[in-house]
Amino acid sequence: MASNDPHTAAQGEMDLLRFATAGSVDDGKSTLIGRLLLDSKSIFEDQLEAVESTSQSKGYDYTDLALLTDGLRSEREQGITIDVAYRYFATPTRKFIIADTPGHIQYTRNMVTGASTADLGLVLVDARQGLTEQSRRHAVLLSLLRVPHLVLAINKMDLVDWSEEVYEKIHKEFTQFATKLNIPDLEVIPISALQGDNVVNRSENTPWYSGPTLMHHLEHVHVASDRDLVDTRFPVQYVIRPKSDAYHDFRGYAGQVAGGVLKKGDDVVVLPSGMPSKIAKVELFDQEISEAFPPMSVTVHLEDDVDVSRGDMIARPKNAPKPSQDIDAMVCWMTNEPLKPRQKLAIKHTTRTGRAMVKDIQYRLDVNTLHRDQDTKELGLNEIGRVQLRTTVPLLCDPYSKNRTTGSFILIDEATGVTVGAGMINSGS
Amino acid sequence: MTNTHVDYQLSQLDQLEAESIHIFREVAAEFEKPVLMFSGGKDSIVMLRLAEKAFFPAKLPFPLLQVDTGLDFDEVLSTRDSWVERLGARMIVATIDEAIAAGHVVDDGKTSRNRMQIGTLLGAIEEHGFTAAFGGGRRDEEKARAKERVYSHRDDFGQWDPKMQRPELWSLYNGRIHAGEHMRIFPLSNWTELDIWHYIHREQIEIPSIYFAHEREVIERDGMLLSLGPEIQPKGGETVEKKMVRFRTVGDRTQTGCVESEATDTAAIIDEIAIARVTERGATRGDDRFSEAAMEDRKKEGYF
Repeated sequence: MASNDPHTAAQGEMDLLRFATAGSVDDGKSTLIGRLLLDSKSIFEDQLEAVESTSQSKGYDYTDLALLTDGLRSEREQGITIDVAYRYFATPTRKFIIADTPGHIQYTRNMVTGASTADLGLVLVDARQGLTEQSRRHAVLLSLLRVPHLVLAINKMDLVDWSEEVYEKIHKEFTQFATKLNIPDLEVIPISALQGDNVVNRSENTPWYSGPTLMHHLEHVHVASDRDLVDTRFPVQYVIRPKSDAYHDFRGYAGQVAGGVLKKGDDVVVLPSGMPSKIAKVELFDQEISEAFPPMSVTVHLEDDVDVSRGDMIARPKNAPKPSQDIDAMVCWMTNEPLKPRQKLAIKHTTRTGRAMVKDIQYRLDVNTLHRDQDTKELGLNEIGRVQLRTTVPLLCDPYSKNRTTGSFILIDEATGVTVGAGMINSGS
Repeated sequence: MTNTHVDYQLSQLDQLEAESIHIFREVAAEFEKPVLMFSGGKDSIVMLRLAEKAFFPAKLPFPLLQVDTGLDFDEVLSTRDSWVERLGARMIVATIDEAIAAGHVVDDGKTSRNRMQIGTLLGAIEEHGFTAAFGGGRRDEEKARAKERVYSHRDDFGQWDPKMQRPELWSLYNGRIHAGEHMRIFPLSNWTELDIWHYIHREQIEIPSIYFAHEREVIERDGMLLSLGPEIQPKGGETVEKKMVRFRTVGDRTQTGCVESEATDTAAIIDEIAIARVTERGATRGDDRFSEAAMEDRKKEGYF
């Protein structure tokens, strides 16, 4: 078979960008995603035909590209998007995974979910409205979730006569607001999702704009350097012991690298026991590999016969997280019944599961104003606050700002089994 | 020893592989009794390959479960057998005919075999007490699937409630279930059809021969090409033609159409798909065509 055919080889080896979109139906977000899918030729004939016929039967003047992405029937009937939906498209250089989150309903819970895995956040505003409370809120959440790249797309530029002044005003206002946030990389792009200007093709209506089109930016934004290649973190997920004649003494520690680089001969320490050892080899399936780095799923062998099991972590002796049972974190609460002091929950952090008790709720963060409300001692649905937890097992954690994998956890209601909270660790002790 | 990553960058295919392997290991570690739903189609074969990589050199720590419609293509069954033998895997086959006999499923003559798989599958999961079932579903297949979680919770009746889904953050999966419930696990959630083919191409793995172009006697019906066979015979005005065709999906043979194609190897299929204008289900699956919300309805009932 033609395994070195350049066309197929190039497509399999392109890289990946995960991005989260935020905005409401009114901002034209679904239309924009429909436009990205359509202009990158990721929409198929039967999908487009279905949408065209629905648009016609509803008496619309134009094909409603939003119908391409409104998935569940109940949503189509209500005309709203109620849950995170994942979309896929690819260009010759990159594959894209979009976490499409709704603007209004359950926005915090859904945006936090969508942003948790995103490399880039796309916030949409209506040029006629300028920055709204909602767009500020979206930027705050993306910043809180440490999404490293942010795009502010100013949509419906056609309805403000492609005014450079409008663009500059919104751009300036947002940049000022962003100084209070943690946004390492910002791009502000004037577009018309409906007509396609500056989405994939450069617009002739914005001669004053010299920046990239949205698609060009998505294709070229550099995300590889967002990973931590310094601090070695390998949460042990599963111990492989074949117990077969051919692999009698095989004992491999399987997991996904959460940080740093692991290679043969490295001095390591197993946490929480603190037992030192050396990496004997690193394997990927049936091959020994020279190095493993995030986000590879590999199998690590140690030189010494130390006791290692699921939930342990392999790190470097002089660069290891301190096992912590007192956790200070920002928690996003995701269920109707509020979070209260002394409440007990299950906690899952990397491959480690234990129980946690709420010691204190220090403040509730108003995501619109960034005001810290210290009078409230509860967190309601879709609220975010700073929480102190005491855990039954030590967590091998880092600050979320340093590592999004070893710095995050979920809280689970022990009675219902439902995920009720998401946490981003400030510090552990 | 191999080292192809001097710049510490993983291709998207390697990232997808790493994510899927992580999911397999997580489920094997946290669930008491997982099972892999194996159809013999390309997606479930890719799943099997990923599971093989996740636990190598140990054998799979769970069995495979196939729902036999009684209408499977022979080529699919023989590929299945060859995979099962090579991996030394344990295979459980649940047949629709047995489910009809046991009363789990009613054959009213109108319901398609595909729809009857639901009762058969749920019967088998309950009978064996499986707590997690891996499925080959992908989010790019259909609008309803775009919102499904990697861990998709099913209640006592095996139903999916799209409005009560658990939030799923980072790579922290929540596998808590109550007695009688189970979790559907979709390790290929983020793969697209093209990714699947790139992976099959790269890994050089065995898939049923009917995915590749071959000569076959077909009948055109409702805009689909159906393979001539015991259940598919020409009706008034239809003619039997000999064409070079291939299958894009391999469901039951009365429901699965084929497309005209000259693609005889994976590279040619990739080229063909890269310019394809119709989604794979839209083109060749009669069971998805009844209504725009067809998939959503079947999923709520407990379809894969």
